[in-house]
Amino acid sequence: MKNEFQVIADLIEKDKKVLDVGCADGTLMKFLKDNKNINIRGLEISKEKVQECIAKGLTVIEGNAEKDLKQFPDKSFDYVVLSQTLQAFLNPELVLDELLRVGKKAIVTIPNFGYWKVRFHLLLKGTMPITKTLPDEWYNTPNLHMCTIKDFFHFVKSKDIKIFKSLALNNLNSSIISESNLGVKNLFADLGIFLIEK
Amino acid sequence: MNTEKNIKTLIVKKPLKLDCGKTIRDFPVAYETYGSLNSKKDNAILVFHALTGDQFVTGINPVTNKEGWWSYAVGPDKAIDTNKYFVICSNVIGGCMGSYGPSHKDPDQKIFGTNFPVITINDMVNAQYNLLDHFGIDKLFSITGGSMGGMQVLQFISNFPDKSKTVIPIATTSSHSAQNIAFNELGRQAITADSNWKEGNYTSNDTNPGKGLAVARMAAHITYLSKKGLQEKFGRKLQEREDLKFGFDADFQIESYLRYQGSVFVDRFDANSYLYITRAMDYFDLAKQFNGNLSEAFKNTKAKFFIISFTSDWLYPTQENKDIVIALNSIGSNVGFVEIESDKGHDSFLLDVPDFLSALKNFLDKSYEEN
Repeated sequence: MKNEFQVIADLIEKDKKVLDVGCADGTLMKFLKDNKNINIRGLEISKEKVQECIAKGLTVIEGNAEKDLKQFPDKSFDYVVLSQTLQAFLNPELVLDELLRVGKKAIVTIPNFGYWKVRFHLLLKGTMPITKTLPDEWYNTPNLHMCTIKDFFHFVKSKDIKIFKSLALNNLNSSIISESNLGVKNLFADLGIFLIEK
Repeated sequence: MNTEKNIKTLIVKKPLKLDCGKTIRDFPVAYETYGSLNSKKDNAILVFHALTGDQFVTGINPVTNKEGWWSYAVGPDKAIDTNKYFVICSNVIGGCMGSYGPSHKDPDQKIFGTNFPVITINDMVNAQYNLLDHFGIDKLFSITGGSMGGMQVLQFISNFPDKSKTVIPIATTSSHSAQNIAFNELGRQAITADSNWKEGNYTSNDTNPGKGLAVARMAAHITYLSKKGLQEKFGRKLQEREDLKFGFDADFQIESYLRYQGSVFVDRFDANSYLYITRAMDYFDLAKQFNGNLSEAFKNTKAKFFIISFTSDWLYPTQENKDIVIALNSIGSNVGFVEIESDKGHDSFLLDVPDFLSALKNFLDKSYEEN
């Protein structure tokens, strides 16, 4: 399991009710279910991935987060997880609002466009950056709304969303992001993990 | 039609008050089982059949000598694995494979015909519930069925919220749509317009409204397929001829196919049963039973739901299945949902659709492991 999922799992206490939005093949769901006794649900758009989740014995709803989150009542989950998908929605702001409506708390992770390798790639090569967390070409990437850790940090602040914890992830190391080290973390982390609440 | 000796029957002694107000008692419920009930009695699956199905789910149907209607899904090592699970299926009341229906005789020994009480999906599941007592099963492992079978699944768990651990409605709806009522009415009109129908008293008149019933079946059969499926299978191919004959014989393969479907159906199905069962489907509106709030139907159950629809099913489209998912999610139920890619139309649930069968199998087996 990737380090990102371990960090997310560490943010969630045992026995909680969790919705994994864009749960893919259910790796994180399975881990949470088996190791933390989490009452876990998933929402996934790909039929193939839904089948993989069913084969793991996970409860998954085939659907689109931009349309199908509205069926869940307010605060019906302790946590709603959205891993590296926010940038792929047509309207990320609306999805974020929905996550925070459905979940008491939300855990959102974003691939950081401010990562130094991304900046260097564009600066030196002059082509759209391709990295481990941004593996696609410009013409086939699902990412519509790339942002940096700094962008997201400012964005949630401007929406009066409370940040409980923000973590910068670089390979196997995770570290706390704060207002004072934001510039540095924005340069050296390839992934940002935010625990937020509204 | 219902006197074959291969039919197992439970005579329900307990009076059953029907939705129409009448009460029936000492009535037969015909059933079949597959696999064996384990000592803990926790491996039973109650399967509900669709409009023209019967209790003979899999293997060779001893009455028609044809494969059971869900042979792709049910059997040893199949999606519903009879090496593992005890499968029970019964003929719905109103049907014609041994359960109490319009071809039975009334207390005065006269064949009911249209004097048989109008029954509902609710009446059907209340009648079938008696099978649990019969087998001494306190809680089923699962209930499942497609189409009208799915309606019974929904009604059953609403009526008996703690009687099944898992619930699998397939290609169904919680409320029969105007379009579906319209198609059913077309079928009923075809039957009653046949002069051999004789106001439902065809048996005592020694006739059979076979033409009307065949037309009903042909019309319905089209609704079970998709345009793409029909086009790919038949296109404009001609039936055993080089060119058009400029007449009204079956020039096209699709015509011949439909005529065949109509004719074989008449041999195994009772026209009055067709009227009664389609009526029960039309009357089905689970939300209405709960003042328009479908969620209320499920608020007392802790069962785990898994809902399945098919992309090319335009009779019970994905959205109608999703409405059930939405109603369940709005009360925090444990519900999974998948829409299976298939161009086989509504009939997909009866056919060899690998993604469907593997989803069904995985859901059942994984849920059973967690038992």
